[in-house]
Amino acid sequence: MELRSHIPDGPLAAKWERHRSEIKLVNPANKLKHHILVVGSGLAGASAAASLAELGYRVSCFCFQDSARRAHSIAAQGGINAAKNYQNDGDSVFRLFYDTIKGGDFRAREANVYRLAEVSARIIDQCTAQGVPFAREYGGLLANRSFGGVQVARTFYARGQTGQQLLLGAYQALSRQIGIGTVQMNPRAEMLDLVVIDGRARGIIVRDLVTGAVTAHAGDAVVLATGGYSNVYYLSTNAKGCNVTAIWRAYKRGATFANPCFTQIHPTCIPQTGPHQSKLTLMSESLRNDGRIWVPKKKGDTRPPHQIPEEERDYYLERLYPSYGNLAPRDIASRRAKEVCDEGRGVGPGRGGHGVYLDFRDAIARLGRPVIAERYGNLFEMYQRITGEDPFQVPMRIYPAPHYTMGGLWVDYNLMTTLDGLYAIGEANFSDHGANRLGASALMQGLADGYFILPYTIGDYLAHAKPAKVDPQHPGFRHVQGEVDEQVRRLLAASGRKTVDAFHRELGRVMWDKCGMSRNAAGLKEAIGRIGALRDEFWRDVYVGGRGEDLNQSLEHAGRVADFFEFAELMCHDALHREESCGCHFREEYQTPEGEAKRDDERFGYVAAWEFAGVGKEPVLHKEPLAFEAVHLAQRSYK
Amino acid sequence: MHLTLHVWRQRGPGLLGGFVRYAMTDVSPDMSFLEMLDVLNQQLLARKDDPIAFDHDCREGICGACGMVINGRPHGPQRATTTCQLHMRSFSHGAELWIEPWRARAFPVIKDLVVDRGAFDRIIQAGGFITARTGSAPEANSLLVRKPDADLAMDAAACIGCGACVAACPNASAMLFVAAKVSHLGLLPQGQPERDTRVVTMVAQMDAEGFGACTNHGECMAACPKEISIDFIAQLNRDYWKAVVSRTPQAARKDGGDG
Repeated sequence: MELRSHIPDGPLAAKWERHRSEIKLVNPANKLKHHILVVGSGLAGASAAASLAELGYRVSCFCFQDSARRAHSIAAQGGINAAKNYQNDGDSVFRLFYDTIKGGDFRAREANVYRLAEVSARIIDQCTAQGVPFAREYGGLLANRSFGGVQVARTFYARGQTGQQLLLGAYQALSRQIGIGTVQMNPRAEMLDLVVIDGRARGIIVRDLVTGAVTAHAGDAVVLATGGYSNVYYLSTNAKGCNVTAIWRAYKRGATFANPCFTQIHPTCIPQTGPHQSKLTLMSESLRNDGRIWVPKKKGDTRPPHQIPEEERDYYLERLYPSYGNLAPRDIASRRAKEVCDEGRGVGPGRGGHGVYLDFRDAIARLGRPVIAERYGNLFEMYQRITGEDPFQVPMRIYPAPHYTMGGLWVDYNLMTTLDGLYAIGEANFSDHGANRLGASALMQGLADGYFILPYTIGDYLAHAKPAKVDPQHPGFRHVQGEVDEQVRRLLAASGRKTVDAFHRELGRVMWDKCGMSRNAAGLKEAIGRIGALRDEFWRDVYVGGRGEDLNQSLEHAGRVADFFEFAELMCHDALHREESCGCHFREEYQTPEGEAKRDDERFGYVAAWEFAGVGKEPVLHKEPLAFEAVHLAQRSYK
Repeated sequence: MHLTLHVWRQRGPGLLGGFVRYAMTDVSPDMSFLEMLDVLNQQLLARKDDPIAFDHDCREGICGACGMVINGRPHGPQRATTTCQLHMRSFSHGAELWIEPWRARAFPVIKDLVVDRGAFDRIIQAGGFITARTGSAPEANSLLVRKPDADLAMDAAACIGCGACVAACPNASAMLFVAAKVSHLGLLPQGQPERDTRVVTMVAQMDAEGFGACTNHGECMAACPKEISIDFIAQLNRDYWKAVVSRTPQAARKDGGDG
């Protein structure tokens, strides 16, 4: 297999414009003949489905939630970046591009990232026109704030609910199309497999989560906008339903999976309270703008925070990174938090608590309580609801948690996977964030892909490929549908003793311990063995219960966990092969004496794209070398 | 802490349901309400019983998927708190809890505590949007929005579409939900061109779905996890009558414009 990125020729800044002018268009009268299947209704999926329908395509959209409005993009808090330079602080398309490439530790494709920065400004225009109530200044203009890892204020926000508001904007655009009949919406419908005919993605197999009916849907192209796989860790900030199934099935049908080991652990989450914990809650990174992070200097210091005098506090991020301080990028902030906790300086219940303080005392003194309440009121309330503690009185306690996955299906410049006609957008692809994503960039990428990139590039494919009509009765569909039916039957027939949830938790523990914030070869090898054994045990000893013909949440979970069991192994293989530390991938063997990541551009300056070789078999590695023309590969420094 | 639960169990749409009693022991006060139900479901599965079905996803109070009536109150006893954000420290040892799905004709039960809220989606599809084709937007700062208007629009836009307002209302009215969207978009300059059509088509759809009328009980606001104010219902009424009185032929269009 050859990875062809299809990056257009010409200077970086002119590539997208030129490509857009050169790619083929579909005649407006012919668009109606093309049927596009969009899986997922988050920022990427909803914006793509709406935009494609506006262009005149016939669109079917699927989501497993009961409404398109509930996709997990809704939970994004902090904001969305755009190179508007409204603050006159020297921002530009190039600077946003550079920050994103550098933040990703030079493991993303230059041309894609530049295009992302280029279209970022139009996203703000589009969302504003839809009625997204962004924060404003008293003069009526849009407000901005700064975010981790950058030195300009380019983040647009709607209180602490930016993801919600952007998603509702896209959802409303999508709803308008559903209302006029150009999009056929299928809520409570989960994609369980992909159908490939003659080397092209031609449809999907879907289970109706209410009736249990498994049906085939045929189309001319399939767009996966199914989000990330942080739930492989069981505990993460992702919604409970987030899963890897759609992109994993696509991988098993021939799409390659890129950089699966690049997973982001977010530094500011509420620490775990007990074994009942079902998920972790993120506190927006924007809190780091005004909160100061510290732990006691002394190990095992159990005094309450207000009794620890200033000179006995270690503001470790400010100490280690004087120029970025509390705004150091996520990977660094997370790793340092783990480090101080591993040293026994963590705070919170229990000995050697897993938490660090995020303290607003100084900000409240400087700015006054009303300003802090205006900026973070809803986040403080949320924290108090969960922990029972008031951040105006007691510093917050935070700890890192899995949050976002940079890895995903490999896509070319047109966002097409290695399978013709199969596209991956948003978090489901690997393309823009390299080894680490900067804050407020996920929303930007999801909407860039859905509003401004895919609607153009998919036309080029349809115009060239002219896919012939295909019937869901085609043997290719019937075959895959049979396999899906068989898996459902097998899961329901298993009459073991352990619940799906118990298996998922066990898998999560292995992944967090061995393939989490820091990794080493021995641990990863051990994990691969453990995962294989656990997977066998799962199929032997799981108990799902219920029937296939109605709403069965245990069965839904079982299918997702079965795929996580296969996927986890790929993630470990990728982490094991990448013998360097870059971005969020920290290999203990590769670090400087000060504990900073040691990147190896010579050996690993490439995208690792894996090809499926069979369950439990070592996947096949393909490399896409990363060439940097516009940026100089610097050692990332936030000191 | 120990609890006694009475949970509404219903095998499917249109079937007869009833309360089933479960005794819970060793519930941690740090558990969320849904985590407590997770624990119960694990116990049910261990004895090969059917687990309780309930909608949930983000578990941080923003997706709007979860929601159940707890001792007669949608989302339980805490102010401004969704079920997933409700923690067991809000209940006392030995408490007896009656847990039911949203009850409204427009929200039929699918199974146990899961209801079909598709009616809300159809109301939005009828007109709860601003028509702005991708790519057609003007430069964002060319449009000034007074900060108080933007803030108020955001207050209304905070609605998570959970349906607690309907469940709380003795008439099962969806007025607060509709009012929130009508006000969010109507308060912004971008929303003006379609302001009249929007309110008329959304209200028509709301009626068609079988929601009841508003008779100013105010229960919706009390139950709303995002504390959306019933002032927006007043705004909705004003907008609605204004639109009806000044109705032009275009205002009756339901299709939301050309594709």
